[in-house]
Amino acid sequence: MKVLAIAEQREGALRKVSFETVGVARNVAEALGGTVEAALLGGPGAANLAGDLARFGAAAVHVAEHDAFAHYSPDGFAATLAELIRGGSYFAVFFPASALGKDLAPRVAAKLDLPLATDATAVALNDGELHVTRPVYAGRAFATLVLTADTRLVSIRPNVFRPTESPAAGEVKALAVQGSPDTWRVKVREVKAATGGTMDVGEAPIVVSGGRGMKGPEHWHLLEGLRDALGANAALGASRAVVDAGWRPHAEQVGQTGKTVSPQLYIAVAISGAMQHLAGMRSAGTIVAVNKDAEAPIFKVADYGLVGDAAEVLPRLAEEIRKVRGS
Amino acid sequence: MKIIVCIKRVPDTESRIKIAEDGGSIDPSGIKYIISPYDEFALEMALRMKESAGTGEVVVASLGDAASTEQLRAGLAMGADRAILLKGVPSADGLATAKALTAGLAAENADLILTGMKGVDNDQQQVGPMLAELLGLPCITVAASIEIEAGVVVAHREIEGGVEVVEAPLPAVIAITKGEHEPRYPSLKGIMAAKKKPLAESDAPPGEPRVRVQALAYPPERPPGRIVGNGVDAVPELVRLLHEEAKVI
Ligand SMILES: Cc1cc2nc3c(=O)[nH]c(=O)nc-3n(C[C@H](O)[C@H](O)[C@H](O)COP(=O)(O)OP(=O)(O)OC[C@H]3O[C@@H](n4cnc5c(N)ncnc54)[C@H](O)[C@@H]3O)c2cc1C
Ligand SMILES: Nc1ncnc2c1ncn2[C@@H]1O[C@H](COP(=O)(O)O)[C@@H](O)[C@H]1O
Repeated sequence: MKVLAIAEQREGALRKVSFETVGVARNVAEALGGTVEAALLGGPGAANLAGDLARFGAAAVHVAEHDAFAHYSPDGFAATLAELIRGGSYFAVFFPASALGKDLAPRVAAKLDLPLATDATAVALNDGELHVTRPVYAGRAFATLVLTADTRLVSIRPNVFRPTESPAAGEVKALAVQGSPDTWRVKVREVKAATGGTMDVGEAPIVVSGGRGMKGPEHWHLLEGLRDALGANAALGASRAVVDAGWRPHAEQVGQTGKTVSPQLYIAVAISGAMQHLAGMRSAGTIVAVNKDAEAPIFKVADYGLVGDAAEVLPRLAEEIRKVRGS
Repeated sequence: MKIIVCIKRVPDTESRIKIAEDGGSIDPSGIKYIISPYDEFALEMALRMKESAGTGEVVVASLGDAASTEQLRAGLAMGADRAILLKGVPSADGLATAKALTAGLAAENADLILTGMKGVDNDQQQVGPMLAELLGLPCITVAASIEIEAGVVVAHREIEGGVEVVEAPLPAVIAITKGEHEPRYPSLKGIMAAKKKPLAESDAPPGEPRVRVQALAYPPERPPGRIVGNGVDAVPELVRLLHEEAKVI
């Protein structure tokens, strides 16, 4: 039996979540006594990345290269993958629940008339059946789902699964691109870069979030300083109060009506810890809270709390972290 | 231009979620229900498009039981022209929901169908793009704003670290995220008018769900944390703990 993992690249490099999808696929394949294949869609040269997927257990890597695939094309990607999955008799297909995967997986599911479970945080094979656990009600409950179909489509939440290396052959197989750019209806006109950095808060292993207690966008440089001290894996987040005030874009909002995040480290600065905010971040690995009010509800979920004024604490925190990281 | 907005009845975000005795669903007692917040943003966008064009029709549609009438009336009170209740029970199977919506809405031949980015109950983020595929229409997801230019819809999408400007030919399905404008509150006049606006009902049972909820559980409790200390002086100890104990930096 075969299990397929969808890999994701950006600007010619694999994204970390690709190893996570391959890792999850490998665990399932091992339990089934089957093999893992991966699929990668990208610009010319994407096939060079197959070796990295093989390191995590991909016995074969289906690669579709096209100039227009250097960037995500919803119609082109969905049609191309649907064709591979249709003919592949896969037991399951694992997508990344990244921005790309969240857009892509439902399209593929509808094209193939297959059920889909999105944003899984645990996957297990019990008596030959796949059990997929995922948060519902913004993390206030977890549902365990069973998909009744020959091929189960699942997207997995970034940062949650820990892949380990287990080299396999990684034989490259050319995957035919379906259609052409002029038949793909959704077209990107322009990409405007924001100031927030390129790591999405929903996918970053480390998140530094600021709340209303920061007192204004002019103080965000303090949070940026902390983020930079934590390295390229860190992203900025925000509470809704901050987004509603227009200090930060909605894309950075964490919580029930923003992003649900599961980073290894979540640092909440000057955030009170309202239920809707906690819903979005309580599954983080380690939670740190900095708040001047020792009674703030955020301290109830924080592993480590520091009572103090953000303006004083943040520069020192960045400095000490730089020392420890040697940067 | 005819715009359909798909709205879902979901528990209020303030609700305490209690798992029902069957172990696979939530106990609805004491829960207040609302229009899913992203669907409200979508409806606000649709109403503004109609207002600025000075013409057009906004239709709210929901798949649910008779109780969803409450959310449809709320949508009418905000300013939608008519409502469609597709009677059926939504499940954890987003594709089944999308199929029922497709069956119920295809004949409307709308120029634009808006959905929320996600329903804040199951947080699936599936139904919009599935609906588009089933209807054979292009789809843009996570759109924070949309504009119509001569048969083309142009959307600003939130992507990692930026904004992507994307276009698709009409008719199209757009899944909406929070935009610039907060959803309006219905006026008293709107609420009165809503009572007289048309609300069509039809049976639209989704097929047997192929996603079965095996179990529903509360999230694992977090182990109790601790206050490391006060002010700047506690920073070195915090950083030591993060490095040596939690091993996250
Ligand atoms: C339908 C709905 C959906 C919602 N969705 C979300 C969501 O997705 N995400 C979200 O975050 N919220 C959401 N909310 C809002 C939520 O209820 C809270 O209002 C919001 O999270 C509060 O943001 P805050 O913690 O930044 O602000 P506040 O609650 O005002 O807290 C500010 C904190 O800063 C501290 N502080 C002040 N000065 C300093 C200082 N100098 N140094 C250190 N600390 C300081 C204060 O002690 C306080 O704890 C939602 C609400 C509703 C009704
Ligand atoms: N039962 C339903 N009735 C109407 N619209 C729905 C229903 N379920 C989902 N939708 C629409 O699809 C969007 C995404 O839902 P979901 O895939 O469940 O996260 C929602 O924001 C709604 O706009």
